[in-house]
Amino acid sequence: MGRRVAIVGAGMTKFVRRAKETGKELAFYAAKAALDSCGAKLRDIDAVVLGSAPDTFDGVHMKGEYLSCGAGAFGKPYLRCYVGGGTGVFAVAVGWYYIASGIFDTCLVVCEEKMSSYQPHPQGAFLTIFDHTTERPLGPNLLWIFALEMQRYMQTYGIKKEEIALVAVKNKKNALDHPAAQIAAEITVEDVLNSEVLCYPVQRLDVSPVSDGACAIVMTNEYLARRFTDKPVWVSGVGWCLDTAYWTNRDLAYPRYVEEAARMAYKMAGIRDPRREIDVAEPYDPFDYKELHHLEGLMLCGRGEAPQLLVDGKTQRDGELPVCPSGGLLGVGNPIAAAGLMKVIEIFWQLRGEADKRQIAKKAKRGVAQAWGDLMQVGTVVVLEI
Amino acid sequence: MKNFFATPLSEEDFKKKNFCFETWIGNCFYAWDCGVAIGKYLEGLKKGKIIGVKCPKCERIMVPPRIFCEWCFVLIEDFVELKDTGRINTFSISYISWDVKKLEKPQIPAVIEIDGASPGYGILHLISEVDPKEVKIGMRVKAVWKDEKEREGKITDIKYFKPY
Amino acid sequence: MKRRVCIVGIGMTPLKPLSEEVSYKEMMFEAAVKAYEDCGINPRKDVDTFVCCSEDYIEGTSIFDEYVPDQIGGALKQVHTITSDGLFGVCAAILQLLTEEFKVAVVEAHAKASNILTPEGVHMCALDPIYTRPLNVNPIFIAGLEYNSFLFNYPFTQTDCAEVVVKNKKNALKNPYAAYGANLSVEDVLNSFPVAYPLTELEVSPYADGACVIVLAREEVAKDLKKKPIYIDGFSFIQGSPNLEVRSWEYPRATEEAAKRAYKMAGISNPNKEIDFCEIDDTYSYKEIQNALALNCQDIIINPSGGSLGMGYIYEGTGLMRLIMAVLQLRGEAGSFQIKINNELPKKALVQSWRGLPTENSCVLILNRE
Repeated sequence: MGRRVAIVGAGMTKFVRRAKETGKELAFYAAKAALDSCGAKLRDIDAVVLGSAPDTFDGVHMKGEYLSCGAGAFGKPYLRCYVGGGTGVFAVAVGWYYIASGIFDTCLVVCEEKMSSYQPHPQGAFLTIFDHTTERPLGPNLLWIFALEMQRYMQTYGIKKEEIALVAVKNKKNALDHPAAQIAAEITVEDVLNSEVLCYPVQRLDVSPVSDGACAIVMTNEYLARRFTDKPVWVSGVGWCLDTAYWTNRDLAYPRYVEEAARMAYKMAGIRDPRREIDVAEPYDPFDYKELHHLEGLMLCGRGEAPQLLVDGKTQRDGELPVCPSGGLLGVGNPIAAAGLMKVIEIFWQLRGEADKRQIAKKAKRGVAQAWGDLMQVGTVVVLEI
Repeated sequence: MKNFFATPLSEEDFKKKNFCFETWIGNCFYAWDCGVAIGKYLEGLKKGKIIGVKCPKCERIMVPPRIFCEWCFVLIEDFVELKDTGRINTFSISYISWDVKKLEKPQIPAVIEIDGASPGYGILHLISEVDPKEVKIGMRVKAVWKDEKEREGKITDIKYFKPY
Repeated sequence: MKRRVCIVGIGMTPLKPLSEEVSYKEMMFEAAVKAYEDCGINPRKDVDTFVCCSEDYIEGTSIFDEYVPDQIGGALKQVHTITSDGLFGVCAAILQLLTEEFKVAVVEAHAKASNILTPEGVHMCALDPIYTRPLNVNPIFIAGLEYNSFLFNYPFTQTDCAEVVVKNKKNALKNPYAAYGANLSVEDVLNSFPVAYPLTELEVSPYADGACVIVLAREEVAKDLKKKPIYIDGFSFIQGSPNLEVRSWEYPRATEEAAKRAYKMAGISNPNKEIDFCEIDDTYSYKEIQNALALNCQDIIINPSGGSLGMGYIYEGTGLMRLIMAVLQLRGEAGSFQIKINNELPKKALVQSWRGLPTENSCVLILNRE
């Protein structure tokens, strides 16, 4: 597998609807927080990775170069990786191959998103993700694609809206304990079911918000890890997979691309029975049903069985498989790329016992973070262990 | 002690200009070449037909057309005419537009598996002439075309699909 | 570098000013088929990881990485995008191969410059929105500032730079992949339309359409494939500053730093003597001379393919295009534009790339036939 790679430090900004700070400044605050958390200096960093999703939000072309100074990349090897929403977790995979190759010993991974710049509403920027000839002329809305998938998932497995709403309730409640959270709240299943129907069956409280924010982590090889921390968290497996762009030719009920990515990561990590060997999970939850959809893709339960785990309380913080103890995107916020890295950072803190009020009850040794992106297309998975 | 920092702003702040900001209206226009496959697709739409392709190796019939089979990675040269009917694979009912404005009449986007193509192969389009509450997965629909002289060789030459 | 990575397959579409008969997917498919034929592999079975290089604003589609996997054989496989020049993507692929988790990697980049109706409008969006864009000047002014500063600080004249244009466009006449070969004189160049003083129109490389695909493999896999592999002895990529205000206008410091690291990796101390030829960035005429100085390779053959000035500028595809031209030379497959060193095929080459205005960065690769 090449050299062993560890995460030794992490930092993030608060997630807000609209930040005064520019993208560069957000990236800087997160990068500085990550370096400070483990006593590292910028000169200790050999290379930098940036993850940031669509340029259209900021209205800045070549966004990677624009943000490079805030990410600490001046004079250093630097790449910006991009797989849509999967970028946050994928950037960790890039950091992994930087170090596992043996060429770099340390690296800084920064993920930043400033969605609020786009006027009048950032969601409008998503119009341009659709195929310019066969889809855009129909005026598609980003919500369409989620609603189509949610519908298919619910129908195929006979899942009720009440079961899915439990995810929104759980995550927004979990986020009350996350100091960086944007929309933590105590809500009920009735609140979700009574909220405005945006694009049936998607309702307002099923959706994560538009946000600005940034996160960063410091990664090193195994020889340097203990110079920066007593408790390095090892990146034991990474995986990514991109499905075909022809999403109307696929059955959206099951995210096979998440399964492929998970298989790659589990194989690397030597995991044969994920349900038993994974202690805590942070699947990507931009919409509540997505958490369930991805739990199945991560093979943490059978197809169509995720709602039962939720209903039985097994995915609560004191359950046997805590899921999204951070509060996820539904509670903390969704600055696309930064949200994925926030999940990785949550697993990092949970494994080290540093998650403060969000600490899960059981002793966790291994966790998995996953992100999703594009047109229901990409799965990116990272397995961490301590 | 962890420190989480960012300065939140509100709509009020923007309206009252409590801080400095810059605005820019982009000038980015593109004209995309359709190429061989989508070119034939659009020509077909102008004639009131839906065109698909057949892979010589796996024999799958696919729509929208492409000159490569993404699974076998071989060249496709066989274009086939498909029917303009199909069944709904999945659908939704949208009450807001792409730029987050409320719609007076909801839109019904759907993935429609086209008759003549392999199972599961569909296109994105809209459903109309039906009460949204009646729409079901598996429902059979037929394309409603624009008048021949109004057709331009675009996906909007099909106005929408309706149940039949 | 102890374990070596090699280039085993190359494929590209000849550059053209317009390519209306094919969509970008079909252009990528053509380049991919050629590359896989070149090394005799089946992407569905033999390729472990794919890296694509693209930028949303250049394609006119957000999250463009959605649309790449199918036409290069990457559907439901490990595919990701690096938003940078193709050569940086090659570095990402090399890093992945060195982890020993992957054996074969594919890198792809393309551009359909003809599909962008407002290239200056798109380019404006790359300028800092607070400090630079409000000035509302065509971004090419940055090249003008660099050029002016370079001529002031170094013993070169505009005529020297115009001669670069003449040389490259002449070389391109022999290159069947090139779109803009021409027989020009220095006067033609200096008298052409002034774009951003002192830069003239013919000193700017013209836009083109084209797609490039490269297949890389680890040494132990490469030796079983169709053609003799070309080894990568050294690679490096460096980021400068995006802020114009702190830029080094007259000298490409990112190129110098990248070169230093790549030479160290490859064990090269005197590039002018140890390297046979180079394919380096010549997006603007003065850039070729600037880069040659920073790379310390002014005395060797530069851009025998005609560079971007002669072949055409394909945005992100530029780095891969240079790499393919260099590989053709080393393999002895360059045909009408083949160079020989002392009647033998060249042995070592340098390839360098830059992302274009308004960025400050550079990527350097050292190739070896043995």
